[in-house]
Amino acid sequence: MKARIKITLKTGVLDPQGKAISHALDQLGFDGIGDVRQGKYIEVDLAETDPTKARAALEDMCERVLANTVIENYAIELDGA
Amino acid sequence: MKSAVIVFPGSNRERDMLYALEHISGHKPIAVWHQETSLPDVDLIVLPGGFSYGDYLRTGAIAGLSPIMKAVKEKAAKGVRVLGVCNGFQILTETGILPGALLRNAHLKFVCKQVRLEVATNASVFTSRYTQGQVIDCPVAHHDGNYFADEDTLNRLEGEDRVAFRYTPETNPNGSIRNIAGVMNDQKNVLGMMPHPENLIEPAQGGTDGRGIFESALEWVA
Amino acid sequence: MIKNDVDITPELIAEHGLKPDEYQRILDLIGRTPTLTELGIFSAMWNEHCSYKSSKKWLRTLPTEGPRVIEGPGENAGVVDIDDGDVVVFKMESHNHPSFISPYEGAATGVGGILRDVFTMGARPVAAMNALRFGAPENERTRHIVSGVVEGVGGYGNCFGVPTIGGEVNFDARYNDNCLVNAFAAGLAKADGIFLSEAKGVGLPIVYLGSKTGRDGIHGATMASAEFDDDSEEKRPTVQIGDPFSEKLLLEATLELMQTGAVIAIQDMGAAGLTCSAVEMGAKGNLGVRLDLDQVPCREEGMTAYEMMLSESQERMLMVLDPNKEEEAAAVFKKWDLDFAIVGETTDDQRFKVYRHKELMADLPINDLGDEAPEYDRPWVPSPKLDPIAPSDVPAPADLGQALLQLVSLPDMCSRRWVWEQYDNLIQGNTIAGPGGDAAVIRVGEEGKGLAFSLDVTPRYCEADPVEGGKQAVAECWRNITAVGAEPLAATDNLNFGNPEKPEIMGQFVGCIEGIGEACLALDMPIVSGNVSLYNETNGQAILPTPAIGGVGLLPDVTKRIGKSFVAEGETIILIGTHTGHLGQSIYQRDIVGKTAGAPPKVDLAAEKKHGDFVRNAIRGGRVTAVHDISDGGLLVAVAEMGMSGKIGATLTPSKDIPLHAWAFGEDQACYVVTVPTDGANALLKEAKTAGIPTQVIGTTGGSELTVEGVSPISLADLDAAHEGWLPKYMSAPDTH
Repeated sequence: MKARIKITLKTGVLDPQGKAISHALDQLGFDGIGDVRQGKYIEVDLAETDPTKARAALEDMCERVLANTVIENYAIELDGA
Repeated sequence: MKSAVIVFPGSNRERDMLYALEHISGHKPIAVWHQETSLPDVDLIVLPGGFSYGDYLRTGAIAGLSPIMKAVKEKAAKGVRVLGVCNGFQILTETGILPGALLRNAHLKFVCKQVRLEVATNASVFTSRYTQGQVIDCPVAHHDGNYFADEDTLNRLEGEDRVAFRYTPETNPNGSIRNIAGVMNDQKNVLGMMPHPENLIEPAQGGTDGRGIFESALEWVA
Repeated sequence: MIKNDVDITPELIAEHGLKPDEYQRILDLIGRTPTLTELGIFSAMWNEHCSYKSSKKWLRTLPTEGPRVIEGPGENAGVVDIDDGDVVVFKMESHNHPSFISPYEGAATGVGGILRDVFTMGARPVAAMNALRFGAPENERTRHIVSGVVEGVGGYGNCFGVPTIGGEVNFDARYNDNCLVNAFAAGLAKADGIFLSEAKGVGLPIVYLGSKTGRDGIHGATMASAEFDDDSEEKRPTVQIGDPFSEKLLLEATLELMQTGAVIAIQDMGAAGLTCSAVEMGAKGNLGVRLDLDQVPCREEGMTAYEMMLSESQERMLMVLDPNKEEEAAAVFKKWDLDFAIVGETTDDQRFKVYRHKELMADLPINDLGDEAPEYDRPWVPSPKLDPIAPSDVPAPADLGQALLQLVSLPDMCSRRWVWEQYDNLIQGNTIAGPGGDAAVIRVGEEGKGLAFSLDVTPRYCEADPVEGGKQAVAECWRNITAVGAEPLAATDNLNFGNPEKPEIMGQFVGCIEGIGEACLALDMPIVSGNVSLYNETNGQAILPTPAIGGVGLLPDVTKRIGKSFVAEGETIILIGTHTGHLGQSIYQRDIVGKTAGAPPKVDLAAEKKHGDFVRNAIRGGRVTAVHDISDGGLLVAVAEMGMSGKIGATLTPSKDIPLHAWAFGEDQACYVVTVPTDGANALLKEAKTAGIPTQVIGTTGGSELTVEGVSPISLADLDAAHEGWLPKYMSAPDTH
């Protein structure tokens, strides 16, 4: 099954890239732009078919390597789960 | 003084570091490949600068998982001195050996320039050769050197005298919180810093202000 | 799946960039209709980039030999002796078009390509530079391209770990639709540790090393068209993506492998990757090559022979290995975690045979692919000569000081700090003088010697008078290297021009080559490597003729190197050379007056040599404390730059013989500004007189202002603010492209 993982900076962690995007949107005349936060998107193909097991494995991956939990949050989406 | 420099795929200042250590100590350091699982008996372990694994996921993240890092952690726990410079600092924070994280520079660009560093404490094995509050020159060269930690951590670091170096406010090159350029672990035997003292050890390089870090570490073992 | 036996129609031939008579040449050579793969191979080998078909005739006229030249043009890079058994290996190459399409990736892969050229020869890269030319600042794409190119250059070089220590950045509307990214790299090796591309021995394994092959860079326009695309495949990327991390591994693995003695021949896969590298290795060794494409490590599925032969995926090498050392070689590849495979072998039949799924896809005479490539003697007309313009015919500014402030803040004249601070210029710990000086300097080895590097060309001179402009590019490069105390040894050239099928453009090319050749001969600076980039033209508008010259010089004692910064107060400032106040084609005339008229400055090569040798001797003898040559902006700008970088002012007495603004801003050649401790001034002047060198005492260093007698003083702080201000301000505006 396929997993989609979104990794974003935690609230309170400065996001200079997000700030730059917000600034650019503003300069381009897009009105009403509030806070912009950017992040990372990772797709993982898994042989595992059991969603519970898959999710556990993915959480382990996020904790150990895919995200740095000092500064980042992650969210996991499983296809068909 | 025996020292070792860990080499990861993508390390690129390991030669600078090997040169500096040999030049200052008179002893050839040992280069240790990241696939090794044990470390030779040394007094100082250095994680050099570079872009380990291309820094493609996060700076230092994948190098932190290398087999050798388990051995580094064990040595550090036993009190062996560990110095992480630039990518080495990033690896130390990724593995949790040091607190905090290194974010993308606030201006989003790679920066290579000389900055001014204030020696925030000289009560450490890495800074004893400097005087407290001394301001030294040191080059930086990085894309992700913007130090971040939560308020509690920062307060604890400061309370425990674990901030080794701060950028002078006007030369902070990356937006680091509280101008922090280098921090130590609670035992103060592990130092991580973004600037490159190994590139400022001879007059030909424009100065010798970086020597103090290596000379401090040497003095305590000699 | 693309079939190999499609009809070779005139449209298909044209899409491959082959002219009807070139196709006829192919038919005559092989005596039958080529397969699609074969057509692709011919198109790759016979395009301008690989075959130099328009330029070959003229390139042959350049001096390429000298007592220090070990390898001249024809290898991956030139090799020059720097004593003690050491050699410097260097080359410059363009990546213009890709950088315009995709600035970050184009520039990054340009840097990657030139680094690979250097380490393929067995040299560890120690210095990089870049000559960058962008459109007018007000052009809507310019900021976007500058930002991406600079980031790309830094992104690749910084990660790879080579110091980027110099280069050029210029702006001109003529580069609006064709930016130039010319990447230079130099490496160090031992004279007996140089590796070449010539294969030796029959039946030896041909080994592929590096990243996997994908569909990068395959000429999308050709193959994406519906008639050859039965399966409606995803449109192929035409922009290659660089991976500096893999390149760093490739560097370490290649150098380690060379130590084992396993490498017989080696060639990097650059443009038209597998095709050019395999053909070159075989043809140089007068051997044949058989490739089994099924063994090639691929990134994508279902790649055809055609695609694999034309892929420009980066970070790949091809080598012929000693079969007795296969195991040692495999251990190195494994250690560095690089893909490798035996993809073929050398044969004795001088054929280039390519198999896919056990089927013969191409079978061509290997020598003819290179040797029989078309060569053109394209018609050309010399550029019309412009009359010199008298200094008095160029209007003077209302206020000389204001004009100076304006000059140092121009896009072409302001500080490039914003650029070079994004490049790691310190890594390796050997940088003695980084960006911002006349020439960059690194130290080399244990003997205390050093190497100096500079990249130069003045395109507006080349357009006004290609011959003089060509000479000037070489002369300025030679002068910059001299100005740090180094002896210029050799150079690489990157010749960027418009469409050579236009006689006027071809005339510029021919003229520049003539000037370059003449200057290289007179100044003993042979061309040992280089690259030609033609067709830099959009909608009939060609770039300015831009033959960039990258020079390398040797300092026997690197501690003797000096810079352009004033070092002390109260020193005597002396002008060396004949300063007539030449304003034709000057920056002052172009950007302050708003005109480009008159002939550019004449280059007197004998005077260049004489004055430069004198200055170099004075530096090495420790008789001068700072040196800066006069170039863009003229004498006063040169002095201002020396003052700003040394944070010391100066008081100057202008010449009474020429108009003040011509004295200040004239761009005469073969001129240097030097400083001398006051008690040494007379001795230097006397020495110059004996040697027949024109000199003039023009002032004294000191204070925090630049004062020209009779003009209100300008503070260094104001100059500095103007000089440092423009580029960061320009780049801080949002990239809205």
